[in-house]
Amino acid sequence: MKDVHVECQRLMDWQELAKGCLIQEAATSLNFKTGDWRSMRPVWSEDKCIQCLFCWITCPDSAIKVKDGKVTGIDYEFCKGCGICAQICPEKASAIEMIREEK
Amino acid sequence: MKVIAKTGNEAMAYAMKQINPDVVAAYPITPATEVVQIFSNYVADGEVDTEFVAAESEHSALSACVGASVAGGRVMTSTASQGLALMHEILYIAAGNHLPIVIALVNRSLSAPINIHCDHSDTMGSREAGWMQFYSANSQEAYDSIIIALKVAETCGVPAIVSTDAFIISHCMDRLEVLEDEEVQKFIGEYNPKYYALDIGKPKTYGPLDLQDYFFEHKRSQIDAFSKVLGTYNKIAQEYEKLSGRYYPAVEEYRTDGAEVAIFTAGSTADTAKEVVDDLREQGRKIGLVRMRMWRPLPIEEIKKALSKFKAVAVMDRSDTMADFGGPVFLETRGILYDLDKRPIITDYVYGLGGRNVEIADIVRVYDEITEVAKTGKVSKPVTYLGVRGEE
Repeated sequence: MKDVHVECQRLMDWQELAKGCLIQEAATSLNFKTGDWRSMRPVWSEDKCIQCLFCWITCPDSAIKVKDGKVTGIDYEFCKGCGICAQICPEKASAIEMIREEK
Repeated sequence: MKVIAKTGNEAMAYAMKQINPDVVAAYPITPATEVVQIFSNYVADGEVDTEFVAAESEHSALSACVGASVAGGRVMTSTASQGLALMHEILYIAAGNHLPIVIALVNRSLSAPINIHCDHSDTMGSREAGWMQFYSANSQEAYDSIIIALKVAETCGVPAIVSTDAFIISHCMDRLEVLEDEEVQKFIGEYNPKYYALDIGKPKTYGPLDLQDYFFEHKRSQIDAFSKVLGTYNKIAQEYEKLSGRYYPAVEEYRTDGAEVAIFTAGSTADTAKEVVDDLREQGRKIGLVRMRMWRPLPIEEIKKALSKFKAVAVMDRSDTMADFGGPVFLETRGILYDLDKRPIITDYVYGLGGRNVEIADIVRVYDEITEVAKTGKVSKPVTYLGVRGEE
């Protein structure tokens, strides 16, 4: 897996910091990739997908990528491999398969 | 100036009314129930503009306060004893996020055994949470302290606890001088935090995960903000004196001129001890009283200055550390005095747990014993449990 850690900047002294760990911008979690400790990986098949969006709404992170109301794939930078998407995918479609992550 | 009769709880609720906070979230608990009960009447009667949140526990009450304070509001609550214990986790979160919330607290013992009366074990158990602590000696001081503490809190970005002694102050009617509503409003000013969550044009991230690389720096900066509290407090207390004529130093000295020994204590007992000092002074005894009013941050230099001139000091602690080494005021005061070239002898009297009354005779005994210690230079008993059956 590629290294998804945020590139380190110079670490600041305590005098330079805003009080109380305040970060003066929003949505900074996008910079903190959390998908690097997955042991199982969901693989999505576009041809089998019936676009019910069950996987999108049940994903505990926001790892199901959707564009214009349609699933377009899985965001592996944030997916932790919990398998809920594969579990919830309707049996007749079975569009998401969990496979073992390999180095 | 208006003179009215109020109990400690009524006085604190009245100060809250005059402050007119944006949000009060609370859960009732004896003996502090009245504070928010009376305040909720002010809300129902339209005398304040406050959003009152009746929470399902103290943990939730302070959590709601944290949310409201992050949003940018002026926020207050009230609790006691087990309530403060249940808030314990959120105390750290409020302080770590620099949220200037003020708690009107009534000091009550912690269970078990269950008891609703006064000692200081609740707030003493929260000393390390990063909240300012003010121990009031009477209702007047509780009223004044709420107003002063709010301004210090908002100036420094540090939350504050203002406390009274359960029942002794909270439920006893006292003569009170109060300010006009407009005077209080002018004194505290409008609360305009630099950063707040409802500043929707500038979204921010509050309370993120902070690991090995930055947690320590943020804590260091919190400790620094705390270290600046005392200077700000002294300035604001002087401003308040100009307005009200009443001045409250962090550490109060009472008839210490020429005194060779002193009692160092807090809360309502200090007012009782003042009576004893007056009586014994008339008999020519060289004794005085030092009262600790602010215990967080620790007014270190003030304590050194006040206590270094005595031959011996008896601390009276209304809680115990379970360290088999006396109470917290004793232990911390000993630590402070250690740096002095010439230190007074110091002993501890743990007293009044669970509301056990402290009598004039108890305080006279402490003065007699500490005078003997000063004379002989010998301490036979560093820690005494005062007024408990089965002890000498």
